[in-house]
Amino acid sequence: MKTLEEIRKIREEKRKELDLRVNLKANTVEKHILVCRGTGCTSSHSPQIIEKFREIIKEKNIQNVKVIQTGCFGLCSKGPIVIIRPEDVFYSMVKPEDCEEIINTHILGGNLVERLLCKDIDKSEVKRLDELNFYKKQKRIALKNCGIIDPENIDEYIAFDGYKALEKVLFEMTAEEVINQISESGLRGRGGAGFPTGKKWEFTRIAKGTQKYVVCNADEGDPGAFMDRSILEGDPHSVIEAMMIAGYSIGADKGYIYVRAEYPIAVQRLKVAINQAREYGILGENIFNTGFNFDVDVRLGAGAFVCGEETALLESIEGKTGRPRLKPPFPANYGLWGKPTLINNVETYANVTRIILNGAKWYSSIGTEKSKGTKVFALGGNVVNVGLVEVPMGTTLREIVFDIGGGIPGGKEFKAAQTGGPSGGCIPKEHLDIPIDYESLSEIGSMMGSGGLIIMDDTKCMVNLAKFYLGFIVDESCGKCTPCRIGTKRMLEILEKITEGKADMEDLEKLERLAGTVKTSSVCGLGQTAPNPVLSTLRYFRDEYLEHIKNKNCPTGECKALSHMQINPEKCKKCGLCARNCPVGAIIGSREEGYKIDVDKCIKCGLCKSKCNFKAI
Amino acid sequence: MSEKIKLTIDGKEVEVNRGTTVLEAARKLNIDIPTLCFLKEINQAGDCRMCIVEIAGRRGFVPSCITMAEDGMEVKTNTPELEDSRKIMLDLILSSHNRDCLTCVRNGNCELQALAQKYGVTNVEYEGQKVNDSIDELSPSIVRDNSKCIMCKRCVATCKNIQGISAISVAGRGFESHIATENENSLNDVNCTFCGQCIEACPVGALREKDDTKLVWRKLRDKDTFVVVQTAPAVRVALGEEFGMDIGTNVAGKMVTALKNLGFDRVFDTNTGADLTIMEEANEFVERLTKGENLPMITSCSPGWIRFIEMNYPELLDNLSTCKSPHQMFGAILKSYYAKKANIDPKKMFVVSVMPCIAKKFERSRPEMRNDDLDNVDAVITTRELARMIKQANLEFKNLEEGAFDDPMGEATGAGAIFGTTGGVMEAALRTAAETITGKELDEIEFEEVRGEKGIKRATIDIEGKKINIVVAHGLSNARKILEEIKQGKADYQFVEIMACPGGCIMGGGQPIVNSKTRSQVDVRAKRANALYEIDEKSKIRKSHENPAIKKLYSEFLEKPGSYRAHKLLHTHYEKREKYNK
Repeated sequence: MKTLEEIRKIREEKRKELDLRVNLKANTVEKHILVCRGTGCTSSHSPQIIEKFREIIKEKNIQNVKVIQTGCFGLCSKGPIVIIRPEDVFYSMVKPEDCEEIINTHILGGNLVERLLCKDIDKSEVKRLDELNFYKKQKRIALKNCGIIDPENIDEYIAFDGYKALEKVLFEMTAEEVINQISESGLRGRGGAGFPTGKKWEFTRIAKGTQKYVVCNADEGDPGAFMDRSILEGDPHSVIEAMMIAGYSIGADKGYIYVRAEYPIAVQRLKVAINQAREYGILGENIFNTGFNFDVDVRLGAGAFVCGEETALLESIEGKTGRPRLKPPFPANYGLWGKPTLINNVETYANVTRIILNGAKWYSSIGTEKSKGTKVFALGGNVVNVGLVEVPMGTTLREIVFDIGGGIPGGKEFKAAQTGGPSGGCIPKEHLDIPIDYESLSEIGSMMGSGGLIIMDDTKCMVNLAKFYLGFIVDESCGKCTPCRIGTKRMLEILEKITEGKADMEDLEKLERLAGTVKTSSVCGLGQTAPNPVLSTLRYFRDEYLEHIKNKNCPTGECKALSHMQINPEKCKKCGLCARNCPVGAIIGSREEGYKIDVDKCIKCGLCKSKCNFKAI
Repeated sequence: MSEKIKLTIDGKEVEVNRGTTVLEAARKLNIDIPTLCFLKEINQAGDCRMCIVEIAGRRGFVPSCITMAEDGMEVKTNTPELEDSRKIMLDLILSSHNRDCLTCVRNGNCELQALAQKYGVTNVEYEGQKVNDSIDELSPSIVRDNSKCIMCKRCVATCKNIQGISAISVAGRGFESHIATENENSLNDVNCTFCGQCIEACPVGALREKDDTKLVWRKLRDKDTFVVVQTAPAVRVALGEEFGMDIGTNVAGKMVTALKNLGFDRVFDTNTGADLTIMEEANEFVERLTKGENLPMITSCSPGWIRFIEMNYPELLDNLSTCKSPHQMFGAILKSYYAKKANIDPKKMFVVSVMPCIAKKFERSRPEMRNDDLDNVDAVITTRELARMIKQANLEFKNLEEGAFDDPMGEATGAGAIFGTTGGVMEAALRTAAETITGKELDEIEFEEVRGEKGIKRATIDIEGKKINIVVAHGLSNARKILEEIKQGKADYQFVEIMACPGGCIMGGGQPIVNSKTRSQVDVRAKRANALYEIDEKSKIRKSHENPAIKKLYSEFLEKPGSYRAHKLLHTHYEKREKYNK
């Protein structure tokens, strides 16, 4: 247990000690080697890198050098990432065997390990992290501590204003004042729908009931999304602190973080953080002697996408099968075990402490008229810089894809971006300059979603894309209501017909009609938004559907059933290598006359294509 | 007084109490919003989306069955968009439904079929993969056909909420979700009690009784077999529904005529068996009360209930009355006393029981239900199966003449009749037990305390200063409450009546199926129960021990209640039963 004074002292002293983390000119002889321990870098051996560094340091008895694990730096495609502070030198794609050289050349020799420096998109070599184009247009609020502190060390969190917002709230603000701040900041739910956070808090505050709950939705399920995971892995205390502030505001003393079991690192960090906060007396009873009680527990999700829907999530916490409830009543009035419950997602909470400390005005000065603050995106797909980005609302898609993301690799063209995962829609080239905010995205038939942003180049078939997302929905539908249980399955079957060249125009009409019903009649958000990928690809790429249906042709060749192998006689050198390799004898001809592929026999295995030295197939 | 609110539905204003659903409010205006998964007070989940409506200010369509009416609400129930959506919904359900309607047992009494007709569905647009099509017909009582299941989950809700059993539940997700048992085993090998309430809840043919009519037809056509039939009290007040007659019509006379027309050699009344049961049970009760042994005594005539206690409370088996159920007792008497009297070889006798119950099919097959190497009862058919046989025999049921049960066992008392409703066994037993104890005639023979719909009815009866605490429970979740009280020593009951089905036998799992809408508008239980009380009221003899046929049976054959012979023929024993067979 620590007194408030002791915590303040830790904040002051530790902040000085950690100045080198954020200050290039820090007055210190120490060096910190920061190694990313987010899921991405961890899976490419960052724990072994940490171990190796420590081994060498111990072996060589080097003083004043510490190896620190951190959360995600963002540029995941360059991982594992190692950063040396205070000079902020950025080494990318580091392997355990590189550690010796970094120690010898950099730490001991004072020179850069040139070969490990990151190459920027313009091919220039970058020495420091903040020189990268990737970071130039970003603004980190929710990710503020990610990559700076050790997420398993509460003192490091405290050093960077940790639990200071809680202190401010408990000693200087009433519940109403806190909620006013949140409302005035313009913060909206980052889970996707964008409901005003302050309003949600207010509804739960005024709901009748002595027992109330605060829940954190960390059941991030969109394919390709890892924003919330990264926040929990890099800065778990920021979420816990925000939940406590929420608890104070609505009159709750108990919080649950519902996190997917597929996020073992996040779960582990949360548990460590909760235990440390309890040890310090930050979580528990009579916090800082104010009479305020609050505790948090972790509940693991078993991997059902639908449990990201707030009422299904509540059912799951209660130990029932994760199936949604009818709304209204909303959780603010009838939530966990029927008690008033506040549910926000991870990223929403991650903004709260900053708003309390810096003020609503500061926050609302960032972003657009109706969408304030920043949004974290998991940038993925056919883009150079795959990773985690946080940008002010209103940044254009073009800026994210080309300036931050570095454009499309392999000399290909941008075709579309998918936001909002299986509930969202695609954004075509003509809308690249759209400012990213809640309203603009829904106007063009997509949605903000939780932050998955998948970029597709011109080799991607949009019908196939819609089929992929619908397949995901069919797998993840809970089966409670008819339109989602059977309707999405029938939609998928029609898409399968289209991609197999078996559909006619009547099928397309049926697909659109069914999509309308699934949207209006499903119980929960999962079903109501399930047709979006189909509807938005139909809106922007209708020609591609028609090409599949009328001409039985997939322009990108992604739909295997509609593509066929053929030999280009101009490129063919009549070597016969393809014919000799064909496992089914579908290539006929001779070295004199040349070769042809019998499409009836061909099984489209692609072996001939890979064997051909002249790119003639 | 509950608060009144006003709302507008399709432009018409309606005033309802707060807490009324939009569906109920619409029905008040005679607006018939279609439903499928809705079963009043049992399954209100809003899953099937047939009852969707538009409410001003709400996004998308909302299910009227679980949306509460609010003051000033504006509801539309029949816009073209809603109708289109409902048609698509229906199409989707039909697309994964096994549509062998012509040969389906629910043809003509299927809620899905009725809706398809209502919406003029002539072909299914969204054909595609069907759901799993496994059929479970291993149990003697019940058939579960997943190919017809429409996932309304009315059965699951009934099993869980009404019976507290949860033998079935939803497994799998999305399109693969289906109703399943523990480990996907047969209902025969899990904690199912065969009460059959799920069948009553099913809107389609996914759950049905195991049909035994073919066997009965074969025996009826076999000249060497003497086929005797007996009918339970609850059958006569429900059978008429299968022929379009009002709920609660007593059709005993027409039923007897029909049975004779079907070719049964003798038609007897199980009510007489019930009178016999009362003789034995009242005697047993008085004995236990005098000795203070194995109290409270719990009734044993509901075989679903027996399965329940054998599986869930084996430690209380000694509290059960050892009496066989009335039709089993009667079967034993038919194959001994009556066979000898009528000079029929019992080996050639085939006893059919017409029962409101599917658990009786299982009870019949229990090894304890045999005497002298013969089954007491050879086949059990339900009220529904009898109706089917009558239809197959081309009989115009409504126009049949009134017939009378055959002698010498035809005359039954009013006490026997009320066996078919909750509280009836208790009331009949008290009439006899009280007079046995006091030796005097009762002034008041109607025990109002044990009548009515309350799930648990407690009373204290004063018999010449001796206070007897009794309790009547119906529905297995109520039964569980009583057993917990007894087990934990929290109760001081002497006599307990339990029926597995809510309402007793009149609401048994073998009774005519009443659709969801009628169930929410008509008190089916009360109507059928009232018909039985009316029979009792009109009976010349209303106490079992005064039944001359029974008196004769004892004097000529059984000697006295609880005699050696009575024990051999009329009593049984119980065994602990595993809930889940491996």
